[in-house]
Amino acid sequence: MTMKTSTRQVNGITIVDLSGRITLGEGSVILRDMVRDLVTKGNKKILLNLGDVNYIDSSGIGELVSAFTTVRNQGGELKLLNLTKKVHDLLQITKLYTVFDVKDDEAAAVGSFK
Amino acid sequence: MTGNRVSYTLDSSLESVNTAEETAQQFATKAGFDDDEIMKISMAVREAAVNAVLHGNAYDPKKKITVGFENTGASLVITVADQGGGLDVNNIPDPLQPENLLKTSGRGIFLIRSFMDEVRIRSLEPGTELTMIKSIGGRAAEGKEASK
Repeated sequence: MTMKTSTRQVNGITIVDLSGRITLGEGSVILRDMVRDLVTKGNKKILLNLGDVNYIDSSGIGELVSAFTTVRNQGGELKLLNLTKKVHDLLQITKLYTVFDVKDDEAAAVGSFK
Repeated sequence: MTGNRVSYTLDSSLESVNTAEETAQQFATKAGFDDDEIMKISMAVREAAVNAVLHGNAYDPKKKITVGFENTGASLVITVADQGGGLDVNNIPDPLQPENLLKTSGRGIFLIRSFMDEVRIRSLEPGTELTMIKSIGGRAAEGKEASK
């Protein structure tokens, strides 16, 4: 199952709902293009909702890191929402769980942006 | 499946990566692993296949990858080989070091080692062969503990 995305705005925060797989050649390119497009258009407060992402490989992890640094380098913030257990475990063992700001409640996540 | 050994020679393409992953998933399922272990095994094979196709063979259509699966009864032994320029095993950066945490690549071998009980890397002429072993019933894991 390839990745699908949709975006919505809540109180000035861009929420990107992702579903499927973020892997090399599939979701990773879609995610990269989407984040770059959002930042180019001035949307620099981004919440990636990974609640329906059931699989991510090392390329996908790299793309999340790339998205994080791309947004941060433009003075914005990128946070993660609703990690599945698989994605949570992957971020734990790669020590990225402490790098990303990870949330499990959408309203609280939206309110946490500066 | 005990004693079964199968081997596939595949093109250097993303389709081959998916084929290797799906075959690993089927192989681990038949060996009786639970869902969590099946995911780890298939992901390790995916990472190895990505390394072989992307970093080893660099998508060269003239080069192939070979993926082998064997159930010895005690463990699954999975090999992934490429025909690329080789991998310097003594120069693989640790992705957990602070200076590497925000790098966008370099986690594949680390994940393979995290998910499998034993990983061996061997140089070929040309290329690299990765052998990944997962014990059936946790025997290799117990052996690891015993050897500490």
